[in-house]
This record gives sequence, structure tokens and C-alpha cells, in this order.
Amino acid sequence: MAYSEKVMDHFANPRNVGEIPDASGVGEVGNSKCGDIMRMYIKVEGNVITDCKFKTFGCGAAIATSSMATELIKGKTIDEALKLTNKAVMEALDGLPAVKVHCSVLAEQAIKAALSDYYTRQGIDPTPIVGVIKECDHDHGCGCEL
Amino acid sequence: MHIYADNAATTALSPDVLKAMTPYLTEIYGNPSSLYRTGAVAKDAVEAARENIAKLIGAKSPAEVYFTSGGSESDNWAIKGVCKVLKAQGKNHIITSKFEHHAVLHVCESLAKEGFEVTYLDVYSDGLVRPEDVKAAIRPETALVTIMYANNEIGTIQPIAEIGKICREAGVLFHTDAVQAMGNVPVNVTDDSVDLLSLTAHKFHGPKGCGALYIRRGVRIANLIDGGAQERSRRAGTENVAGIVGLSKALEIAIDTMEERREKLTKMRDRLIDGLLRIERSRLNGSRECRLPGNVNMCFEGIEGESLLLKLDLAGVCASSGSACTSGSLDPSHVLLSLGLPHEIAHGSLRLSFSDSNTEEDIDYLLKVVPEIVDYLRSFSPLWDKIKSEN
Repeated sequence: MAYSEKVMDHFANPRNVGEIPDASGVGEVGNSKCGDIMRMYIKVEGNVITDCKFKTFGCGAAIATSSMATELIKGKTIDEALKLTNKAVMEALDGLPAVKVHCSVLAEQAIKAALSDYYTRQGIDPTPIVGVIKECDHDHGCGCEL
Repeated sequence: MHIYADNAATTALSPDVLKAMTPYLTEIYGNPSSLYRTGAVAKDAVEAARENIAKLIGAKSPAEVYFTSGGSESDNWAIKGVCKVLKAQGKNHIITSKFEHHAVLHVCESLAKEGFEVTYLDVYSDGLVRPEDVKAAIRPETALVTIMYANNEIGTIQPIAEIGKICREAGVLFHTDAVQAMGNVPVNVTDDSVDLLSLTAHKFHGPKGCGALYIRRGVRIANLIDGGAQERSRRAGTENVAGIVGLSKALEIAIDTMEERREKLTKMRDRLIDGLLRIERSRLNGSRECRLPGNVNMCFEGIEGESLLLKLDLAGVCASSGSACTSGSLDPSHVLLSLGLPHEIAHGSLRLSFSDSNTEEDIDYLLKVVPEIVDYLRSFSPLWDKIKSEN
């Protein structure tokens, strides 16, 4: 298993690490039993995500995908952020080892969870817009709910 | 800075060992089974190595030492070979521990599919098998007890002589995987009442791909590898002459220098453990007293092991982890789970393992970088936030 240079760059120098105290939405996915937790903070002004930060407990790929996902949605509209896929995160990182693909799924879900929280705070039911947030895509009997 | 702190994974080949091996990789290339001179010289080297190893491990005869490709083959052969013979006598029960190497556990799982019943003994929170548990688990149909000499992840040294005595008294065969212990702590197959013992050269500065299985005279065992008449028709395949010579030389050096090294490494190990335990919410995994001199295995709550290893690698340190993410599986190490550690803590583990070539300066450096990296990773870990807010 080897990481691409891009993954190592985002792991060694993660972008947008931290919290946004007055965030418009905060989403958290994953669980400690599986070994990955991602928490995303977004600041929305008008229809644009003006800032995005993350905190992640997890492996190198979990940190790198979190970092890349924040880069990909920062400055974008909500509609654009909603279209972010794990595939796009992976491509932007020049690929991930097969066993780490779930980290990119988690990053996509973390962004969706933050957007979902944003809609909830606006009094809007997020499910028809954002869909159902997956907690974890692991399939190893760890008790994670899909 | 470059620090190699993963000697439990493998060690650097010793220059003296390489020197001993070189003639058998160059001019003395003959097949030991051949009649002509270059073959006979190679054969003599193999037999001299066998004699030397027999003496070093306390075997009664060189005929009890069989060369293999390494630890995994020795474990497979010992367990499958003995169980095949004893199954025909109605014995279908194996006793092992929960935290054996996969070369033992997966063999037991495979035998379970063939009708064997396997008892997996608890190793408690200190990572030690209790001899009385072995005694209680033995039944009339027990074919074999297999317990490792020292654990590969947490370095805990098992009470092998006591277990050996119990097995001998009960008339049950006893195998021990001594891959991690050999050369690091005194091992004597006669004093320890061991019937079968696995060892491999590359854990004590020998070459990779060469190991041995000690089989006490009188133990009936089926072949694992059939073919030619090598190893008295018990293990076919042209001998790895250079590897065998290297194994013998490396073991000799390791045992000659053991006491001195044990003293040096124990001191370094304990200084490192004490320093790392100053990190908030850290713990040492496994008994501190019954522990290999060069093994440190710790958990740091709130962080994940692979990211710790990657940061250490960037800082010039080669280390290892029982983290799920390093193995390609998603569950953390079965060894750490066997100690009763919860998944979330077992994910944040670090193994540092040392040899003669490590120095006090290495320890100084580790005591500087490990706490910095743990702090850094915790600074953006949502799990660490939760741990802190709960207290």
C-alpha cells in the first residue's frame, strides 16, 4: 500500500484544519470503533460556502481526504458542494489504495452532514436535498450502521 | 535523523553474518546432495550449522534440527504435521492462545475446518498466558499445545518452562513459536520441556528466508513438504546453504552478546517507556516485567496509529503499529484486542522495537518527536475533544 504524493502532501500539510466558531453548519461522520471520525464546519454566506474547516481522527487517507474535500468546496455554491462525490475527492488526490476508498466516502458524507445541519438550522428538512447520511461504509461487523 | 525502530519486523543483516554466507553464494555453489567436492563442502557447512544450532538451543542431538524457509513454515509444519499423525489416534483438540502469530492462529483455524476443536486461552490484560489455564484446558483428546515464547507485538515473554512441564507431565506435545524470543532471551528446549520450536534467522540479524524447526527425537510428525530426501526425508527441497550458514552464525552472535545487549536495551526501553507514559492518556501494552528487552508498545488515546506512523516516517523514524489501517484490514490488532483494549484505544497504538544498533540518542530523539506528533494529531482530533470534554 502506497500513498500518492498528493495524499502525502495533504496529510503532511493539511489545509483548513480547525474549527469555525460561528459556523453555519457542522457535520460529523464515522465512529471511533472504526478508527475514523470526521467533523466538518462550513460558513455559508448567501449561497456560497465562504469557509470550511475540519477536524479528523483517522489514518493518513482520512486526514488527506478531509483536507482535499474542504479545498474542493471552499468558495463554491451549495449546489456545487452537494454534487461533490468521493470519486472527485479521490481523483483530486491522484487516487487512493483500495482499502482506503472508504475514507473518501467518509469525506463526501462529512460535507453532506455539514450541509444537512445548515439546512436544519434554516428550518428546512435536509433529507430531500442532501439525502441520507451514511455513518460508515465499513463492512466488517464492527457494529456500524449503514 | 534516521532511526530504525522496527526490529521486531526484521533486522539488518550483520556484516559478520554476510561474510560467513558469502562463500556459499559464490564459489561454493554445489548442491549438498551431490557427490563431488563442491557439493560435499556445502553439505559439511549445512551439517556444521545444524550441530551449532542444536548446541545453541540446548537440543540433545543435531538430528533434532530441521531447516525450513522461516517462522511461518516452521509453525505450519509443527502444528499440521503433529495434528495429522495424532488425528489418526483420535486426538482432535488443540490448545493455543488468543494472541498467537497468524502463522499459528490461521493454521488452527484451518485445522478447525478439518474437525479439530481449538481452545484459545486468555492472555489477560498483562499479555501473559497462565500455566494453570493450560493445565485446566488439557483433555484426553488434546493433540498439541502451542504457545508463543514471546509475543511479536507487545513483547511479553510467556512462562514457557512452566507450560512445558505441565504438558510433559500430561503427556501432551508442546510447540512454541520462539521467533521473537530467540537470541533475545535464554531459550533451552531441554530445560523448557519443549517438543517443537520454531525460529527464523532474520529476527536476529540473519538473512530472510531461512529458519528452523526443532523436533524432539521421538516426536512423530507428518511431512509438510514432500519431495527429495533432504533433511532426512522430512523436508524436501535443495538446502538454502548460504541461509543456513547465516542462520547459524547470526544465532551464535546473538546468544554470545545476549546478556550485554539485554542490559543495554532494557535500560533504553525503560527510559523510553517512562518518558512516553508522561503523555496524557497513554498506556503501555502488556506486562513491563515479563517483556523482551527491545520492545515498547504503547497506546495514545484520541489518535490513530497509521497517521502517527506516517508522521514518524516523515521525521525519519521507522516504526510499526497494531493499527487496523497499517494492515489493510479495518479491525485493530487481534493482539491488542486480546488484552481487552477497546477498539478506539487499540487503533492508536505504536510499536517501537530495538536492537544493538540503536543508541541512547535514538531514545532522546523519540522522546522529543513522539510527544510532539501525538500533541499535533490530537490538536485536530474530534475524538480527543470528546475524551477531554468527558473529563
